[in-house]
Amino acid sequence: MAEEPVAVVGIGQTRHRAARRDVSLAGLVREAALRALADAELTWADIDAVVIGKAPDFFEGVMMPELYLADALGAVGKPMLRVHTAGSVGGSTALVAADLIAARVHTTVLTLAFEKQSESNAMWGLSLPVPFQQPLLAGAGGFFAPHIRAYMRRTGAPDTIGALVAYKDRRNALRNPYAHLHEHGITLAKVQESPMLWDPIRYSETCPSSDGACAMILADRAGAARAPRPAAWVHGGAMRSEPTLFAGKDFVSPRAGKDCAAAVYRQARITDPRREIDVVEMYVPFSWYEPMWLENLGFAAEGEGWKLTESGVTELDGDLPVNPSGGVLSANPIGASGMIRFAEAALQVRGQAGEHQIDGARRALGHAYGGGSQFFAMWLVGSEPPTT
Amino acid sequence: MPQPLRAPLVVEFPFTRSLGPVQSAFLTGLRERTVLGVRTADGRILVPPVEYDPVTADELRELAEVAATGTVTTWAWNPAPRRGQPLATPFAWVLVRLDGADTALLHALDAPGPGAVRTGLRVTVRWAAERTGSITDIACFEPYEGESDPYEGEPDPYERERVPYEHEHEPRPRTAGGHDGRFDDPVTGIVAPARLDYDYSPGRAQSRYLHALAERRTVGERCPSCRKVYVPPRGACPTCGVATAEQIEVGPRGTVTTYCVVNIKAKNLDIAVPYVYAHIALDGADLALHARIGGIPYDQVRMGLRVEPVWTASSRYPDHYRPSGEPDADYEVYKELL
Ligand SMILES: [Zn+2]
Repeated sequence: MAEEPVAVVGIGQTRHRAARRDVSLAGLVREAALRALADAELTWADIDAVVIGKAPDFFEGVMMPELYLADALGAVGKPMLRVHTAGSVGGSTALVAADLIAARVHTTVLTLAFEKQSESNAMWGLSLPVPFQQPLLAGAGGFFAPHIRAYMRRTGAPDTIGALVAYKDRRNALRNPYAHLHEHGITLAKVQESPMLWDPIRYSETCPSSDGACAMILADRAGAARAPRPAAWVHGGAMRSEPTLFAGKDFVSPRAGKDCAAAVYRQARITDPRREIDVVEMYVPFSWYEPMWLENLGFAAEGEGWKLTESGVTELDGDLPVNPSGGVLSANPIGASGMIRFAEAALQVRGQAGEHQIDGARRALGHAYGGGSQFFAMWLVGSEPPTT
Repeated sequence: MPQPLRAPLVVEFPFTRSLGPVQSAFLTGLRERTVLGVRTADGRILVPPVEYDPVTADELRELAEVAATGTVTTWAWNPAPRRGQPLATPFAWVLVRLDGADTALLHALDAPGPGAVRTGLRVTVRWAAERTGSITDIACFEPYEGESDPYEGEPDPYERERVPYEHEHEPRPRTAGGHDGRFDDPVTGIVAPARLDYDYSPGRAQSRYLHALAERRTVGERCPSCRKVYVPPRGACPTCGVATAEQIEVGPRGTVTTYCVVNIKAKNLDIAVPYVYAHIALDGADLALHARIGGIPYDQVRMGLRVEPVWTASSRYPDHYRPSGEPDADYEVYKELL
């Protein structure tokens, strides 16, 4: 028996901000969930199960927050699952929810991811003072910056590429009312003149720290038929992992990322992602990861990703727009960031992306990664149901 | 073989919490010696209050004041209080249903011994002398001899939960009032200190590595399957999933494979910026370790630079690496280690 087709019928996000001091964790997730229910014109009673994700518990210091959030998410008397894959968690959470529909375990599932970074300390949560170990000397940017330098060395990319990505994503964010950063006076010069934090990463090429949540309602074919607005259909979804450090790990283009993309394209019968995919929402916490992931995901040959960025292909009006929402560079509630990528991809193929809608988007890729480039989660959504 | 090392690991951080409207009212109320619950659509009063109805998922915002007296619905004796618990002397953990409430609140009961505690015991709040808007504004509960149990004559409260629903329609004595939960200067956030105590051991492989470091030697382990040399060793190869035992001394010199220049000062690190944070492949190792580069201006560090460790008396690890004076390594030699 073939899998049940999975449809995204409702999407809700909070307006991501530096701090949401007016709401508790429960109030924050509730806001996104209610907006997703409203989009789908459903009520709590219509939901069969809840699948929730966030970054490590240490971030906010609430152990197993899913237990406390059951009331806010109407999960009483229903299955509630928590997914946990570091920064990629928003993506893998959506995929676990989708699998529950595909396997016909449930017909309507609420999936949600969140982070309240203003009440967390990600740096502390990620660098515990483990005895006998050398402290990490440089923070998250210091972890990723050497890999960016390796990419530049390997490909010969000019050092101007990172600023182009940041300038594009921050401009795109001006069209997205949910983005955290709305830098109205942004110019390329401002990005290029921003302080160098972890050379080669400048301040304006890093993601902000945000409070926010994102929710989606996933449904089966019958649910999609009843939905008031067009559905986004899941054509492929996959997760892959690998160790943080191992001999032979390619930090610039991790094997797990390549394999994950290949699995998604196989399911979606995509042979030429560059031509067949209309828009990409990828997880770019530091600007240079756009050209790096363009290669890792098969949109460009090895060493060629930066040329797509440089020539404007990934701009809003390019032929492969990347992060029309403004991306992680414009809003980063860590645990939610992956789901926001997945949801933004779905909004594009539903034609519901508003000011940052890409005209005629029929197929979109949502991408998330996490940990030390060790967890990958992706889905490909389309405006038409998959053909079986 | 030397014993695996051990050391305490304390994970401690003061987390902040935004309270939202309901918890804000509850904790501000405690500061004002007022206990507030929240009323559900079917008229139940939940104490402590919650933002969303546990049954219907409806948003709950109607606050109601309940009494500071109540009845123990169940309990457990705590003979050896730990750090951070409400009382330093042995006490009972109790669930207390305050008069007027339909649910019970978890707190501590100050009692001379377990013989003095029973389900059905009448208790009252002992307020803390200094109150800030926190659950600890209730210092604890204590036995209460004052006014009689408003439920006297009814079954034991624990048993009463099990009586048929019809019984619940009889009006119950309530002290619940319609306090709107508004106070001057409400508490909107709290700081919740968290602390975890671990007894940490890095295990046998890392302990061997650390013992060798004490002799200023860097010793990794070779995988019997893929032949890769891991530094630091983990006791197993993460790719092949087999145990590693063969000891291989690597370094002391190595090659900078990549690096970044750190320009922002990290909080707990006493290192002047800018400095270079580099990945260094020690000669003979199959993956790079991370270290600081010194003894050369930061803007002259480059990929391929050959370096050697600089030890200081106080440090377990090399303090930093400095140029060894050898010619730079060719990119082709180390590009697989990037
Ligand atoms: Zn091996």
